[in-house]
Amino acid sequence: MQYEAVIGMEVHVEINTKSKIFCGCSTNFHAPPNTNVCPICLGMPGVMPVLNREMVNKSIAAGLALNCTISRWSKMDRKNYFYPDQSKNYQISQYDLPLCLGGWLEIEVNGGPKRIGITRAHMEEDTARNVHTLGGGRSGVDFNRCGMPLLEIVTEPDIRSADEAYAYLTELKQILQYLDVSDCNMEEGSLRAEANISVRPVGTTSFGTKTEVKNVASFSGVQKAIEFEIKRQIKTLNEGGAVMQETRGWDADRGITFTQRQKESAHDYRYFPEPDLVPIVVDAAWEQGVAESLPELPQARRARFAKDYGLSAYDAQVITASQDYADYFETVARSGADPKQAANWMMGDLQALLVDAKQEIQDGLITPSHLSNMLKLIEDGTISGKIAKDVLADMFASGKQPEAIVREKGLLQISDSAALEGIVRRILADNPKQTAEFRAGKEQVLGFFVGQIMKATQGKANPKLVNDILRRELGA
Amino acid sequence: MSTISKKDVDYVAGLAQLHLSDAETNRLVEEMGTILEYIEQLNELDTSGVEPMMHALEVTNIFREDEVTPSLDRDAALAVAPLHDGEYYLVPKILDNGDGGSA
Repeated sequence: MQYEAVIGMEVHVEINTKSKIFCGCSTNFHAPPNTNVCPICLGMPGVMPVLNREMVNKSIAAGLALNCTISRWSKMDRKNYFYPDQSKNYQISQYDLPLCLGGWLEIEVNGGPKRIGITRAHMEEDTARNVHTLGGGRSGVDFNRCGMPLLEIVTEPDIRSADEAYAYLTELKQILQYLDVSDCNMEEGSLRAEANISVRPVGTTSFGTKTEVKNVASFSGVQKAIEFEIKRQIKTLNEGGAVMQETRGWDADRGITFTQRQKESAHDYRYFPEPDLVPIVVDAAWEQGVAESLPELPQARRARFAKDYGLSAYDAQVITASQDYADYFETVARSGADPKQAANWMMGDLQALLVDAKQEIQDGLITPSHLSNMLKLIEDGTISGKIAKDVLADMFASGKQPEAIVREKGLLQISDSAALEGIVRRILADNPKQTAEFRAGKEQVLGFFVGQIMKATQGKANPKLVNDILRRELGA
Repeated sequence: MSTISKKDVDYVAGLAQLHLSDAETNRLVEEMGTILEYIEQLNELDTSGVEPMMHALEVTNIFREDEVTPSLDRDAALAVAPLHDGEYYLVPKILDNGDGGSA
């Protein structure tokens, strides 16, 4: 039987406010355990949580970017359960009236667009972190994370493959980073993704039994876990078995998912309105204010870069991967340098230097003006593309402007026909065999001559001129 | 009529992690049933045309600005706990069942 996968994602992102969602404790991830705590986030009785306005602003921004409707009226609720990741035996979340409802995010699938429906995005407090490595039959609890502002973004079951899930996560992360609402750092847990996965015979519309895969440390891990899980479920069904509803973990070393918790009964969280927090009313003016502050989003920027600067779809994708990278490119392109060349250098030689030095483009010594000036030197024939590679490396190390480097090192391109003619004639005379071969019709030999001439001029010969002179001298 | 069954009481007790004796359960069946019957009187009212009330308070939009204020001194924060190691609150070892709480 042919099966198809049905996947929905739940993503928790920590919103990068300075203080926690309901109290003034710092959200600094690197603080020692239990130093960013106060009676409110420790869950002491009788305390009064107050919602952080910036959390609402950033959540509205995320909601709008995900094409959601922003609720005019929403509220916080208590979600009741027992677990040592919080002390008050409930988590403050949003249940039936979340802040953001009914949006979508567009991903690219096999070269075409596909919309993944966003069911909702709601605000909640993060829970404390449990530490299981202390020994002595004890677990530790660190409340620094408790009360960190979380936005939970839930999709419709619209995702059909591991690749689509990966594309969704990548696009979502990029949007949230462009909005500057979250660091989306999976290693630090500021972005956590869970996948609900089921399979069903192709052509049917009801859902199969789903499993939930959580606690995966990377997007590629999520992708692999989903791939594995789809195969496992299909195999189980084909062998006459049944998929059990359960939570499964991902063992990255062995490349398998494994049972973590079987769901004996559905959770009953007995949500009820949080009496300590008042309803949130976002009127049209508030929503409009946030909407006007939104930056250009990745998809729009990609499209504009392709259209305005003639970048290929792939190049536009790479160049807009981060806002800093895209801003850098745009500054270079607007300064009058050839955009296509700018993109090539950014993605090629400059990127290689940055990766080697473990630097981000905005932190390096090569500013947009450095790159732009260098591209102009290539364009006006002052230096060759080959020499430019050396200039780039020098700029990267010294921060000097390219003109100064060219001057100091005598790297000016030789565009003097007479001088080059002499060199060309000498090279031809020194290599009679190759000269004869070329005249006999072996075109490839031209490359050999160009190489020899470049060698003789330390790469400074103007390549176009060399070509012209060579062909003339060879009578081609 | 909203009488509550023994099964309902057991279920709620389970969620609250309470272990009840048979006598306690029987008493709660009665008491909770009475409470529910009392609340049930509200159903006699015609509420068609009445806006649902989502919250007990009329006030909306109380916020704090995003400013960091001093946290507790860690020793003071830990001192109120039955058990700690100077860094962490200590609890009986959690058998990690993948739940990781609710979040």
